[in-house]
Amino acid sequence: MRKPPDKQTPLLVVEKLKKYYPIKKGIISRTVGHVKAVDGIDFHIYPGETLALVGESGCGKSTTGRAIVHLEPPTEGRVIFAGQDMAALQGAELRKARTDLQIIFQDPYSSLNPRKRIGDLLAEPLLAHKLVPKSEVSQKVDEILEIVGLTKYHKSRYPHEFSGGQRQRIGIARALILQPKLIVCDEPVSALDVSIQAQVLNLLKDLQKEFQLTYLFIAHGLGAVKYISDRIAIMYLGKIVELAQTQEIFKSPRHPYTQALLHAYPIPNPHLRNRERIVMEGDVPNPANPPKGCRFHTRCPFAKEICREQAPDLTKTAHAVACHFPLV
Amino acid sequence: MENNLLEVDKLQVAFRTDKGEVVSVDEVTFQLKQGETIGIVGESGCGKSVTSLSIMRLLGRTGLIKKGAISFNGRELTQLEEAQMREIRGNEISMIFQEPMTSLNPVFSIGNQMLELIHLHMKMSKSEARAYAIEMLKKVGIPRAEQIIDEYPHKLSGGMRQRVMIAMALSCKPRLLIADEPTTALDVTIQAQILELMKKLRQESQTAIMIISHDLGIIAEMADKVLVMYAGQVVEEADVFTLFDDPKHPYTVGLMESIPHLEHDSQQKLFSIPGTVPHLHAMPKGCRFHQRCQHATEQCVTQKPPLLTIQGSNGHRVRCWLYQEEEQVVSGYGQNEVIA
Repeated sequence: MRKPPDKQTPLLVVEKLKKYYPIKKGIISRTVGHVKAVDGIDFHIYPGETLALVGESGCGKSTTGRAIVHLEPPTEGRVIFAGQDMAALQGAELRKARTDLQIIFQDPYSSLNPRKRIGDLLAEPLLAHKLVPKSEVSQKVDEILEIVGLTKYHKSRYPHEFSGGQRQRIGIARALILQPKLIVCDEPVSALDVSIQAQVLNLLKDLQKEFQLTYLFIAHGLGAVKYISDRIAIMYLGKIVELAQTQEIFKSPRHPYTQALLHAYPIPNPHLRNRERIVMEGDVPNPANPPKGCRFHTRCPFAKEICREQAPDLTKTAHAVACHFPLV
Repeated sequence: MENNLLEVDKLQVAFRTDKGEVVSVDEVTFQLKQGETIGIVGESGCGKSVTSLSIMRLLGRTGLIKKGAISFNGRELTQLEEAQMREIRGNEISMIFQEPMTSLNPVFSIGNQMLELIHLHMKMSKSEARAYAIEMLKKVGIPRAEQIIDEYPHKLSGGMRQRVMIAMALSCKPRLLIADEPTTALDVTIQAQILELMKKLRQESQTAIMIISHDLGIIAEMADKVLVMYAGQVVEEADVFTLFDDPKHPYTVGLMESIPHLEHDSQQKLFSIPGTVPHLHAMPKGCRFHQRCQHATEQCVTQKPPLLTIQGSNGHRVRCWLYQEEEQVVSGYGQNEVIA
């Protein structure tokens, strides 16, 4: 077991966060409804901790990440980073907060400007935030390249000359060069090959130890998450349905959706291919028109009358679950 | 012994590029029987998709089969005319692609696209064909099939589109189904549904399946035997249980150790294979994996290893010099495999 992270004050607090996108129709673009991408979620992350946000496509996990780094203003709710409400920050204070909050994107192929050399790409954040004098920028870039496992000779190359794994290292370097406190990792390994995924995950883990980083790790599967996270939050249709310590989630999942996710994961062991498992039916409902009551009831094998009527709240316990009939 | 439905023998595929000809698949040999499922696993660029596309002869204008033979049901596919090939495609061999979003035509309704295929190969009347298409859609678990058949692809979710693709692929009762990363673009819960569906249909129809994936989990779920490919070559071949219980090639071992297992307690470091796959234009001499291999010796750097048969095994073969001694004992057989 790793040592429990510092429990005193959370570095990041997300309160009742909502993000709705308007659906517009007609020539005067009337708003006819809202896609409720994130619909009221609460969580916090302690310094040095890794919280994973897991869910299927369209559950709102990436939107949450983007709202946290202030790429998109939330519709409702607050993001409090190091005691400050992000929405209230302006000018120099906001710029400072932005250096502390960085993001690594999923697709290493489209997140680097193809017309810029790696050296310039990495120097850009330093120059934009005027963190070091111009004369020292080059040296700083050399250092960071070394840290993420590349060399200073890569500086004059263009992004297309790198493989997916190397590009993701550049993405990490670009986030890391500002010496952030928290990094939102938005599916950083999903686009990479298996053997390269392990390299990048190991790198992220080493960097966390070395620089006391805090991660919000967004993923659609539970594989990588088990290895990197301290706690896991499972999202479904804009809501958190379960939040607990990593071991707890894997050993005793309490929400039927979490269990279904675990069952759905193909196990690389042919001897287990005929194991008993629940295969969930149907698709994720449309987030513009989520089902009444518990959002999972349309696919839940255990749904009862109350699930169709009343939405369950996330419990306030250490192993939080939002279900009327949690599994034991 | 049963006849093989598909025999691929020393296949070599090359592509013409600006920088000259590039060999992307080299010396690929395997056999597949009726009702059997073969899994091909490897990372991007290892040639697994090109192998499947060459069976379908869908290599485009730049690709060509340079050497080797592909015998399907007694016919030599590499020698067929385009018109003859068109009769086989979609009819006797059909294929499911990775992207259900892009492999359906957005301007035709589902029914339109299904009927084209059924009409072309099955010689049914219009109304019969429509009834048959609806039956196929129901079979793959599409609700309200009578209405869905008149919908356009954009109305359907990814999982639904992949079901439609499977319904299309199976509607002419193919002898061989090639599934190229059929679930990679889908969510895990939908992936589980599609895999269950494929298992069920396989049981009913006895179709031979070639499933291509980068995910060892899917291979373990589905395949009877497995080819592991690396940099255009088969590096290991075995039945699925042998491969997972006793992997031999350092690349296979590395691949297996680098997946985070759900059932293991793992807080320690993940194993990772150092370096990256070599570029097609600059394949290393000798073993193609030697730069990333921790067991590499002088021999690996200079000499290409042949596909060696493991002694006392049932067709467990590995392209690695580490298993050389075992090769010498099985004299004769392995020698045929040595293609320098």
